[in-house]
Amino acid sequence: MSAIPFFVPGEDPGTDFLNLLRQTGHEPFPADLPGAIDAGHATTVLAVRCEGGVVVAGDRRATAGHLISHRDMQKVFPADEHSAVAIAGAAGPAIQMVRVFQLQLEYYEKIEGKPLTLEGKANQLAEMLRGNLPQAMQGLAVVPIFAGFDRSQGLGRLFQFDITGGRYEEQEFATSGSGSLHAGTVVKLGYEPGLSVDDALALAVKALWHAADEDSATGGPDPVRGIYPNLTVITDDGFRQLTDDESGQVFAELREELGRGGATS
Amino acid sequence: MTMPGMYVSPEQLMQDRADYARKGIARGRSLAAVEYQGGIALVAENASSTLRKLSEIYDRIAFGGVGRYNEFDQLRIAGVRYAELKGYQYSRNDVDARSLANQYAQMLGQIFTHEMKPMEVEIVVVETDLEAGAELYRIQYDGTVVDEQNWCCIGGDSEPVLERLDDGWSADLERDGAVRLAVESLAGPERSMSAGDLEVAVLDSSNGRRCFRRLDDDETSALLAG
Repeated sequence: MSAIPFFVPGEDPGTDFLNLLRQTGHEPFPADLPGAIDAGHATTVLAVRCEGGVVVAGDRRATAGHLISHRDMQKVFPADEHSAVAIAGAAGPAIQMVRVFQLQLEYYEKIEGKPLTLEGKANQLAEMLRGNLPQAMQGLAVVPIFAGFDRSQGLGRLFQFDITGGRYEEQEFATSGSGSLHAGTVVKLGYEPGLSVDDALALAVKALWHAADEDSATGGPDPVRGIYPNLTVITDDGFRQLTDDESGQVFAELREELGRGGATS
Repeated sequence: MTMPGMYVSPEQLMQDRADYARKGIARGRSLAAVEYQGGIALVAENASSTLRKLSEIYDRIAFGGVGRYNEFDQLRIAGVRYAELKGYQYSRNDVDARSLANQYAQMLGQIFTHEMKPMEVEIVVVETDLEAGAELYRIQYDGTVVDEQNWCCIGGDSEPVLERLDDGWSADLERDGAVRLAVESLAGPERSMSAGDLEVAVLDSSNGRRCFRRLDDDETSALLAG
């Protein structure tokens, strides 16, 4: 660790943590790598808008080719107290991006004395994706979802992205990852404006279950190990992640529903 | 026209610089930090609600500065950067107040001896730790670091404030009591201060990962009344 960083006015990195990293010799996203690898984007993550906020959920499986490399990956992270980021794509770069994004939001808040607006945060993430484009072209793509409670407007908002840094605000729901098509269809059919938090959680669980049912790269509930998809809720009270027990309970309710309707096949 | 050559002894030079810095710092108002069970209360006499003297540096570390605002704010930002970079490079648990205080001391010492003018500031760096208790470091304009125990005061006329803190402090203080003691010590017997004159923050282990929290005017008024 070098000495305390001190900059002359023209070279000051300002409120941008990435600039600070670069100016102190810690390039966060190495570009110009030789060759290309196909890291895939085996995942299902989704966000659903609901009454007073937004629900964000994601499966737990990480794959390497046809093998399962992790059963308890975390793909939904708190970005700060009132927002979350869910990741699909190459795990290493995605986790690095989340880490730098979390640090950036807190860094900005401390330097400026007040937090970024929700839109400002979404734009920051888009900027990072743009910075990651050379890596994405070589197969290390990251396709996140960003969702949060906008305190200035008093409602939940969610944003979808593409690998070039395109930022698209969605009004109802967003999905990403290899199982996103299946999950998106389930959410689309079950969605109603003003869903309660519990109904949105039930819908998210149903969508994840169907995605895991059709997509080999999306993990389903694992009652033997007690590992369940990550379920999180963001409201005016902040970010909250359900425990595995609580998530298991939502799945138990789904099991009853599917058993009754005979829709398990 | 050239100035006539003049010899100034090193003692005189340092003395002049120190006097210059001390004058600047004494013109301002005081800031006090008081340890209590599970945290540290920070109170500054500050009529502005936007130009702050107290700030969050990292999860368990806070900063307070008196003197020239632009100078201690520069130090604050440098401290946030130092802490964030260290946490990024190693781990959040590797960031501590002692090493930050030493970095500040190096920087202030360097500026005091090598720059045109010394920084007209005095700062405190405090850390709360559930096991080790509170750490309070006071760093002066020339880079002198003092490891303070239980309470400290910087800026303005700090001597009488320190006496009052000494009289009032006890190991079983709780948050509200610590804030009241700091406010009463800053005000003295002849003055009374209201929330509008004060900037109040706590570094409290019960606040989760980020221990730093500001108390707004309403909270401060209620606390002082109670």
